[in-house]
Amino acid sequence: MMLERAHHQAVAQAAKPELRLVTGKDGSEHDRAQRFHDAALPYLDDVYTLARYLLRNKADAEDATQECYLRALRHFDTYRGPAMKPWLFAILRNICRSEFARRAGNSVNIDEQAEPDEDAIPLWQEAQISPEETVLKRWDADTIRRLLAQLPAAFHETIVLREINELSYSQIAEVVGVPVGTVMSRLARARGMLRQAWIAEDGTRS
Amino acid sequence: MSCAENKVLLHALLDNELDAGHARELETHLAICPGCAAELRVYRIMQEAISAADLRFTAPASLRRRIEAALPTTPQRTTNRRAVLKGFVMGTALSTAMAASLVIGIIRTDNDQRVLGDVVAAHVRSLQGEHLTDVQTSDQHTVKPWFNGKLDLAPPVLDLTAQGFTLIGGRLDYIDEKTAASIVYRRRKHVINLFVTQASDAEYQPAKLNTVQGYNVLHWRAHGLEFFAISDINEEELREFGKKFAAGLDPART
Repeated sequence: MMLERAHHQAVAQAAKPELRLVTGKDGSEHDRAQRFHDAALPYLDDVYTLARYLLRNKADAEDATQECYLRALRHFDTYRGPAMKPWLFAILRNICRSEFARRAGNSVNIDEQAEPDEDAIPLWQEAQISPEETVLKRWDADTIRRLLAQLPAAFHETIVLREINELSYSQIAEVVGVPVGTVMSRLARARGMLRQAWIAEDGTRS
Repeated sequence: MSCAENKVLLHALLDNELDAGHARELETHLAICPGCAAELRVYRIMQEAISAADLRFTAPASLRRRIEAALPTTPQRTTNRRAVLKGFVMGTALSTAMAASLVIGIIRTDNDQRVLGDVVAAHVRSLQGEHLTDVQTSDQHTVKPWFNGKLDLAPPVLDLTAQGFTLIGGRLDYIDEKTAASIVYRRRKHVINLFVTQASDAEYQPAKLNTVQGYNVLHWRAHGLEFFAISDINEEELREFGKKFAAGLDPART
């Protein structure tokens, strides 16, 4: 009876995902690949979507996504959770940043680009437009993507992670490597800039 | 707090990221400040327009194949959709009895104990850290398709907001050595996780209430699926949740 209970407990332990995920060295390569497949492949569309926004190009996004999954598999033994999606995003973001650096031929990265903007633009700048008079049109997906793409990189990635990839503030903070407060202020600024672009778009069309 | 600060905080309110205290404080301010209130309205419209536009991309099938091929082995998925369908047919016939027979369980087998332990562990895990929901929305028509392709079953997702149980999202979890859907509800400040796994047999089992480590767990089996509702709300309310869910699933029969 006691043995049986001990066995049940052992099975129950094994059933907890975060414990299963780190036992890769004991399991066979097949088991490990299977676990990785089940844990990570459901997020393929999420990862690909983020890659499309970060790289703005279909072929590069496909390559980056594939590289992301290969790297994630290699580091799967060190994965401790809790959430798979932000973990994959952090890997993808590193890949995209080194791709940008390669393209630019130097080590410019989006964090460095963000810094001067953050001091230069006051937080409430967007309030100069009277919100009462503002009627926002419902733009189509292509227009919204184009408007988003006009935002400086750090603000663009924050609003994409929030609105399109649906991460929480703390998950965004984890992926981007900034404090939660910075996520909130970047998001406020990103939405302010997007709103101005959103309204200006109406002017260019009429 | 100044309007300038509030204009940053209202984004956190918009994203459901403010704690109750700050949210209350900000709402008090919004009630008396037309400028900030109007600003929140504009951003809410913009957020809705963004979410309505469907800005996501779908990975090309060729990319998915390339990645799967790069894994050391091609995984075999054992899906028995027919069994699930058969379960649904049987469950429908039996669901009248389901709502009527909520009984408190007294005798547990060791196996039940282990599964309940899993349910409690998964519930506690979901309340720690930031992983309560993988898909966060109050729209049942968003939650249900989200599970497509992630599970070997199609969990029923019901919006019970009108009945006092707010749908807040869905999550993948792991119960009884099976992947499970978790449909997450909120009752006031309490979270209810409704875990749904594929049943090992399709025989209907009426709802049974257990208390494990201070949590109430309501278990029933219907439609070929195992249901575990767990929360720290009282027994009465959890039973009410079970009844409302069963009634919502088969409105014609209750």
